[in-house]
Amino acid sequence: MSLLAVRDLAVARGGLRAVEGVSFSLDPGGALVLRGPNGIGKTTLLRTLAGLQPAVAGVIEAAPDAIAYAGHSDGLKPALTVTENLRFWSEIFGGPDIAAALEAMNLRELAARPAHALSAGQKRRLGLARLMVTGRPVWLLDEPTVSLDRASVALFAAMLRAHLGRGGAAVIATHIELGLPEAEILELGPYRARETRRESRPAGFNEAFG
Amino acid sequence: MSIWEYANPVKFMRTSGAILPWVVAGAALCTVAGLVWGFLTPEDYKQGSTVKIIFLHVPAALMAINIWLMMLVTSLIWLIRRHHVSALAAKAAAPVGAVMTLIALITGAIWGQPMWGTWWEWDPRLTSFLILFLFYLGYMALWEAVENADSAADLTGVLCLVGSVFALLSRYAVNFWNQGLHQGASLSLAPGERMAAVYRYPLYLTMAGFFLLFLALLLIRTRTEIRRRRLAALLARENRA
Amino acid sequence: MRALLIRDLRLATRAGGGFGLALAFFLIVCTLVPFGVGPEGGTLSRIAPGILWVGALLSCLLSLDRIFALDFEDGSLDLLATAPLPLEGAVAIKALAHWLVTGLPLALSAPVFALLLHLPGPAYPWLVASLILGTPALSMLGAFGAAVTVGLRRGGLLLSLLVLPLYVPTLIFGAEAVRRGAAGADPVAPLVFLAAITLATLALAPFAAAAALRVNLR
Repeated sequence: MSLLAVRDLAVARGGLRAVEGVSFSLDPGGALVLRGPNGIGKTTLLRTLAGLQPAVAGVIEAAPDAIAYAGHSDGLKPALTVTENLRFWSEIFGGPDIAAALEAMNLRELAARPAHALSAGQKRRLGLARLMVTGRPVWLLDEPTVSLDRASVALFAAMLRAHLGRGGAAVIATHIELGLPEAEILELGPYRARETRRESRPAGFNEAFG
Repeated sequence: MSIWEYANPVKFMRTSGAILPWVVAGAALCTVAGLVWGFLTPEDYKQGSTVKIIFLHVPAALMAINIWLMMLVTSLIWLIRRHHVSALAAKAAAPVGAVMTLIALITGAIWGQPMWGTWWEWDPRLTSFLILFLFYLGYMALWEAVENADSAADLTGVLCLVGSVFALLSRYAVNFWNQGLHQGASLSLAPGERMAAVYRYPLYLTMAGFFLLFLALLLIRTRTEIRRRRLAALLARENRA
Repeated sequence: MRALLIRDLRLATRAGGGFGLALAFFLIVCTLVPFGVGPEGGTLSRIAPGILWVGALLSCLLSLDRIFALDFEDGSLDLLATAPLPLEGAVAIKALAHWLVTGLPLALSAPVFALLLHLPGPAYPWLVASLILGTPALSMLGAFGAAVTVGLRRGGLLLSLLVLPLYVPTLIFGAEAVRRGAAGADPVAPLVFLAAITLATLALAPFAAAAALRVNLR
């Protein structure tokens, strides 16, 4: 039983298909690393998988409430403390207690500090710790290691391995080697959408009039 | 052969291009003939020559409301069936509707001055038209403000829906607020209230003229919008390559 | 749901949250009007119902763009949209939070401002009642406008242009109730209409607002 299965998926950005024909399936413990040049549509693909935008074609199969998304911004409120920020997302997602998450990303000393007083790397760590309190099995990570130092990257890799070890799964857009030996790599280059007239529904105005 | 085939831009361009000259000719003929005929009608025993402004005022007011209804229908078609030409037609109609509303308001003011002794009166009908004008402005401003065409079409569609509900609601709320001076509907079906035939027939003609005028402007503007979208699509494609 | 409400209230009341700005703006409006129309008590008391309602409406408008803009910028809205909470529910809760920090304080403090404008005595209970019944619709419609304009540059100005025409029915019935109260007439009919508009808005606007948010998140 796979956690996330994608068949013949096409996603669009700015009314034009970006990548098409993408298929993969993730079993518990599986990780998929998305690679490809800037602008090919890694973020768009992840946002489509997260349900933030509709797929142009293809099928996404996932259990309801299985997916946790972490984009470029961390969803933190500067006026709230680290604990308050984490607890809020834990309550919204009905996830587990925040202690383990604080521990995993080494945030315990910062727990009472307001988020506006954190450095960029510390904010990022808090944003990644949020994934743990969602209690969801499939993590979609968009460049998760941006602004992390080497020690924090190692911390994050350990958290990710623990998540996979517990039967979770992850789709990661990154160019950094995270030390996940079992991770599959999906090179998106060959899936770049081609210029052909299609019979199917256009992705947007730019395709309908192109 | 289904009506939905005209949702295809290529098909729409071909058909609209073919009928456009006829619509323009019909609009010019009906409007000019109706206005000249209307100008030659005898003076009203009560309102004098000022009654003749009715031949501009009533058709413009009629179109102002009907254009909004047409935008509501095309917005619904876009939101439900995702026909791109439909969304563009709604966009193309809005400025025409706004100008029709403005014509109705201005001619109303010019007519109201000698009749009621004031350029502006917070009468329910006038007030409703002013509110309708504000809705047109908001709708057009939203189209301008959103850069992504797909988002703009969706957002303005939702706005048109919500706006229609509130425009209707305002119409009745305004009635509650002030009973007003404005005469009843100009073309009532109740027998005793009908206006004399000398005025009625030229009025029908100008109404047909304004409708054809709107159709001509709508076709021209929709064709422009389609060309503009085509240009944007080609540029987007070039930037991607 | 409770967590979201508590967080929004906490953010609004902490430093930089802008709590109280609406009240201050309301005070300024009520101070400026006598400078504009003259200090004569009779004139003021005649226009007080309208000024109080228009002032409350404009004060409400001030903080509307904050309903979604901050959450959109810091990515919280993406996360809320993927949360188990339906987006319609999140919209309703955020509108409720907006009402609790602007509409409700405005309604409760309106009698003080009414004093400044010589509102006739019998109208006071109707002023508070009409504001309590009407301002939830202002917040909910404002949330719709904020959802449509979130992420736009110069969204604030456009927000006012879109939202103010939607406020017309609420304003008409709200001010009419106060006017009738001031004149000693029966204000129940406009209050019933006002309540009907508010209830219908609360029931339907979250769906329109959530639809607009989904479009803006893609």
